[in-house]
Amino acid sequence: MGDHAHGPAKGLSRWLFTTNHKDIGTMYLWFSFAMFILGGSFAMIIRAELFQPGMQLVEPGFFNQMTTLHGLVMVFGAIMPSFVGLANWMIPMMIGAPDMALPRMNNWSFWILPPAFLMLASTLFMEGGAPGFGWTFYAPLSTTYAPPSVTFFIFAIHILGLSSIMGSINIIATVMNMRAPGMSYMKMPLFVWTWLITAFLLVAVMPVLAGAVTMMLMDIHFGTSFFSAAGGGDPVLFQHIFWFFGHPEVYIIILPAFGVVSQIIPAFSRKPLFGYDSMVYATAAIAFLSFIVWAHHMYTVGMPIAGELFFMYATMLIAVPTGVKVFNWVTTMWRGSLSFETPMLFCVGFLILFTIGGFTGLMLSIAPADFQYHDSYFVVAHFHYVMVAGAVFSMSAAVYYWLPKWCGRMYNETMGKTHFWISFIGFNITFFPQHFVGLAGMPRRIPDYALQFADFNMMSSIGAFIYGASQILFLYNVVATIVSGKPVSDDKVWDGAEGLEWTVPTPAPYHTFEVPPKIDPAHAHT
Amino acid sequence: MTAQSSPGHEPYYVPEQSKMAVFATIGLVLSVFGAATGINDLTFGEPDQPASWTVMNIGLLVFIATLFIWFRMAIRENIAGMNSAQLKKSYVLGMFWFIFSEFMFFVAFFGALFYVRNLAGPWLGGEGDGGRMNGLLWEGFQFSWPMTQTPQEAVGGAGSQVIANNGSFTSARTSMAFAEASAWYAWLPLWNTIILLSSSVTVHIAHMGILDGDRRKFHKWLGLTVLLGVIFLSLQIAEYYEAYAHFGLTLNSGIYGSTFFMLTGFHGFHVLMGTTMLGIQLLRSMRGGHFTSDDHFGFEASSWYWHFVDVVWVFLFLFVYIL
Amino acid sequence: MSLQTKRLMRAAPGFAALVMAMSGRLALAADDKMNQLNMPVGVTDVGKSIYDLHMIILWICVVIGALVFGVMFYSIIYHRKSRGAKAASFHESTKVEIAWTVVPFVILIGMAVPATSTLIDIYDFDDAEMDILITGYQWKWKYEYLNEDGENVSFFSNMSTPQSEIYNTQTKNSNYLLEVDEPVVIPVGTKVRFLVTANDVIHSWWVPELAVKKDAIPGFINETWAMANEIGTYRGQCAELCGKDHGFMPVVVEVVSKEDYASWMSEKQAEAEEIKSLMAQNFSMDELMSRGKAVYQRACQACHGASGEGGVGTAIAGSDVATGEIAGHLNIGINGVPGSAMQAFGGQLNDVEMAAVITYQRNAFGNNMGDMVQPIDVFNHKKG
Ligand code: HEA
Ligand code: HEA
Ligand code: HEC
Ligand code: CUA
Ligand SMILES: [Cu+2]
Repeated sequence: MGDHAHGPAKGLSRWLFTTNHKDIGTMYLWFSFAMFILGGSFAMIIRAELFQPGMQLVEPGFFNQMTTLHGLVMVFGAIMPSFVGLANWMIPMMIGAPDMALPRMNNWSFWILPPAFLMLASTLFMEGGAPGFGWTFYAPLSTTYAPPSVTFFIFAIHILGLSSIMGSINIIATVMNMRAPGMSYMKMPLFVWTWLITAFLLVAVMPVLAGAVTMMLMDIHFGTSFFSAAGGGDPVLFQHIFWFFGHPEVYIIILPAFGVVSQIIPAFSRKPLFGYDSMVYATAAIAFLSFIVWAHHMYTVGMPIAGELFFMYATMLIAVPTGVKVFNWVTTMWRGSLSFETPMLFCVGFLILFTIGGFTGLMLSIAPADFQYHDSYFVVAHFHYVMVAGAVFSMSAAVYYWLPKWCGRMYNETMGKTHFWISFIGFNITFFPQHFVGLAGMPRRIPDYALQFADFNMMSSIGAFIYGASQILFLYNVVATIVSGKPVSDDKVWDGAEGLEWTVPTPAPYHTFEVPPKIDPAHAHT
Repeated sequence: MTAQSSPGHEPYYVPEQSKMAVFATIGLVLSVFGAATGINDLTFGEPDQPASWTVMNIGLLVFIATLFIWFRMAIRENIAGMNSAQLKKSYVLGMFWFIFSEFMFFVAFFGALFYVRNLAGPWLGGEGDGGRMNGLLWEGFQFSWPMTQTPQEAVGGAGSQVIANNGSFTSARTSMAFAEASAWYAWLPLWNTIILLSSSVTVHIAHMGILDGDRRKFHKWLGLTVLLGVIFLSLQIAEYYEAYAHFGLTLNSGIYGSTFFMLTGFHGFHVLMGTTMLGIQLLRSMRGGHFTSDDHFGFEASSWYWHFVDVVWVFLFLFVYIL
Repeated sequence: MSLQTKRLMRAAPGFAALVMAMSGRLALAADDKMNQLNMPVGVTDVGKSIYDLHMIILWICVVIGALVFGVMFYSIIYHRKSRGAKAASFHESTKVEIAWTVVPFVILIGMAVPATSTLIDIYDFDDAEMDILITGYQWKWKYEYLNEDGENVSFFSNMSTPQSEIYNTQTKNSNYLLEVDEPVVIPVGTKVRFLVTANDVIHSWWVPELAVKKDAIPGFINETWAMANEIGTYRGQCAELCGKDHGFMPVVVEVVSKEDYASWMSEKQAEAEEIKSLMAQNFSMDELMSRGKAVYQRACQACHGASGEGGVGTAIAGSDVATGEIAGHLNIGINGVPGSAMQAFGGQLNDVEMAAVITYQRNAFGNNMGDMVQPIDVFNHKKG
């Protein structure tokens, strides 16, 4: 037997060689925050250039590189790793497991991420510049017409995929195999459920993305013709493969966020989650549907009408299970005993803004209308509502909610609330006007725009700086809490919180549940 | 700690700190970085830059050595009895979902094949819903599978990047034989199918052997499986040689060559991996006396992998060679 | 890259001042006629039905949103702990859960019906009275009239906004970034079919007021159509990221009366005739040089420099190619250098222009070959 009843090792080796789910979770969380700042800085350059018409700060080619890296870094570097970090920290504690199922592999999944992003970022300094073909890297702009640095981009994607696949295999094995006795599937906290389903999505689609970039590699360097009509291939084939990955990817981003919200809203409503079972089924339904809607990103590529109709109907259907979730959250609040600490504020913000983003998603799914919306700022507004106000807000909520458990200290509530309000206002100033310019005809991914879009763009830029600045507050609050926050004495921290993670001491010891806890069979679910 | 213990539950083994992840990362990153610079030098000039390839090779070496040590460590832990039944089940789940992810990798390439054959190709030839007007661009292009003439060649485009096959390739169904022999029994894919299918049987018999505790039977049939794997690979090399040397069917000959070589190539690579894995299991048993009738997951995982490779081949045979 | 960083650093202090100055302007925005909040209704029937569809879904979403948020805010206000609210303990109800699965589903069907019929209308390409082939290039559009009366009429449409406006050394005109040297012209009340394709990467031809957006896929031709009900000038932009100057390839469509269209077309025909006759002609050195200079300044100078000194492209002055075999020089002009910024100009310049510009390059900037290239040479070279 390994003697593991000790604390962490000292110094750097603790982090490099660790097999502890909490250490690995912590590394993921810090790494993703660093990437959030990096991706956010790219966004600031975008918004600064778009502050007024005309080219002021950067060259058009460099602007495209910023857009591309912003999307890639945010999606693959900030959001996904942040939720993997959360999964690492919380899943074992939520299901009463001592650690993740495959701890050494867990460490490896993390450690290949930083060099992959280093490689991606280093393309900025390469001859010909960084990839400038958008985070969706459509061929042939990303193959025949790409700068040489695209090869590094391709390998970086391979490594990210490897990391995600190993991470999800680990999560699946943990959830399927490491639950404490009595923790049946339908007793698992929703965060665990959403992650289990997310992990399935990841194992299913990351290899497809790997296939797509492999075909690119072959087209660029080895003379194949997958994406070239001259050789009998088709550039649109790339889009089909990409979006077969890409659409499930956006639910990979949002499902864990759903899980977080489903943990926090009941806690601050002091009332059990409404419709637990239907939440689980809705999550599964969304995951299933996500595989058959990919071409709603491609309404304008010239699909036959039968294809347009199929993908339109299938996409619209997603509103039903997502609606079930929204209604369940609202009903959980209904006749609760609500209080609005920072995590709850972020969840309410999530609920409102995500729903708005969902509505615009539904509008986009209407194929004929999408002929006007497509590749305009309306789409940009849509996906920032679901990804920033969805994923990032819920991640902020999660950090405030569990931080006291992680480090045994309470964050500054006033500062937290201030963070929320500045974020909420800044976010809306940034992205609400983008609906208008998009509808009025402003295409996305342009470094300069016609004069009638000037005012709203300026507003958007000002909002972006406000929203960005509010993240400094967040960072400060978290660091101050860890260093010198007020110690928390109560294991439960929040009076309404439910779940095994609140039964362990605060701060959570280095090893928890070395002996499995006993699950109260009478309890419906935790 | 408020958590209560439940009696009878096996303690879980949390491994010590491990340096493996860091070394594997170093290996992986070096090899990938070396490969990327190397390929770029080939494609964008400066072809004599051996440094990149050296970096790649060092990386691969580190990577393979790390994996070797890593697996050896895991095996030793198991033999030392450190693995609980629960941990073993985690390994089983891990392997299963790993194979599933591999399967999805092939789905991407099969998807490309179906899309090109059933949609894009006919559209380029001006058929169907999506292709009403494409005749304007590719006058004279007739879609057929295999695509022996690419659209670019059909219009005699200048500066063609596409180097077609030399015209002697007609289809995988008729051509994939040794050039001298044209009898049906010289058709390589058929032999490969027979070989791979029987290897699935032999590996199963080997499994029965170890289940019975009959190590001789295990060695015999596992050895045969590895041998079949090697023969398969040799035949595939012969097939590729024929394709390149005699039929002018190459990666460059349009979408047919692209899909053909990528699908069969990745499959072949997986056969190589599978053969290596099974070979290692054979060595483990012969040299180290590993595996017992109730604990032989190293072998079982490899055999699952082998069956998976086999299933992929069946699809390949059907969609690449027959249809 | 480091240049970019430096620029950013230099710009930082000025930026704060800018924020203040500009937020003043924001207040004045209200009476700006150009400012728009919503999708344009457009000037086609399809545009109108898309607009209606858009507004229907929008309002349905607003209503559902109002209901959902209404309930939520009721809870937020009245079910607060600080107001002494005690939590109820209910946590499921099959009845309401079925209801809020079925009701949205029915609403969705309500949306799908008009959406489907609009889509079917859009996909009805039949009975088009004329065809225009639109080809996207990095970063310009080419229009070719395919019908009999439009034979030989084809031209490129480049953005005409000067660099000085883009780089803020001159005030921006009101069609900033949305103006071209030669718009595509179509007659009013006529069903025009657009065949959209691309020469290099994917572009997308988008004119909001015609409610047309179609991707231009290299190697494939997509169909779409529009029938404009009102005369006017309609502006749009490329809507698919196509590289560096994706933001600078506008679309301008001039919808004119049928009579005006006819006379425009005959003018174009005459032009085409003229070029045709020019093609058969032999030019003198002086003529070639003066024509060539014009072409050079329009098409080559941006990369090769005003006096052939090079830039993005290699120097023409003293270049081995420009002072070598004519065939080699022609070849680069016509087929470009694959994998570099040097495009194939063979499809973009006509034979007269090509002959002139090649001659010019061989005899300007200190190059002194003394030889001439005639249109017929270009023609023969293309034929191979
Ligand atoms: C977290 C990520 C996320 C999420 C959750 C979603 C959710 C949805 N998205 Fe979004 N989407 C993106 C991220 C996301 N999207 C991104 C990144 C892009 C752009 C990619 C790129 O090109 O770069 C994109 C683009 C995109 C497009 C392509 C637009 C274009 O390029 O032209 C479409 C089109 O159908 C679409 C649709 C939808 C739909 C229908 C949903 C649905 O899931 C929404 C469902 C939710 C609701 C509808 C609200 C709640 C429901 C109710 C209250 C019930 C009752 C409601 C009704 C009956 C109306 N999205
Ligand atoms: C989850 C993913 C995610 C997140 C969180 C964000 C966050 C933000 N995004 Fe982005 N975005 C994408 C995913 C995301 N985005 C994607 C996929 C695209 C498409 C890319 C493509 O077209 O290929 C895109 C594209 C995109 C565009 C369109 C670009 C174009 O079409 O050319 C814009 C423009 O406004 C934008 C803005 C922003 C802003 C202002 C934020 C802000 O929320 C960022 C706030 C964060 C910070 C600012 C960093 C932290 C704070 C500090 C470092 C403190 C210092 C701050 C200051 C000094 C102000 N994003
Ligand atoms: C967008 C940029 C661009 C434009 C516009 C452009 N060129 Fe070029 N040109 C290049 C580049 C880059 C090269 C170098 C190609 C290489 O060899 O890699 C080049 C090379 C050449 C050469 C070969 C010079 C040598 O010595 O190798 C000739 C001749 C030439 N161009 C002619 C033309 C003509 C004629 C035109 C206009 C009708 C033109 N170019 C417009 C970018 C451009
Ligand atoms: Cu052309 Cu964008
Ligand atoms: Cu999608």
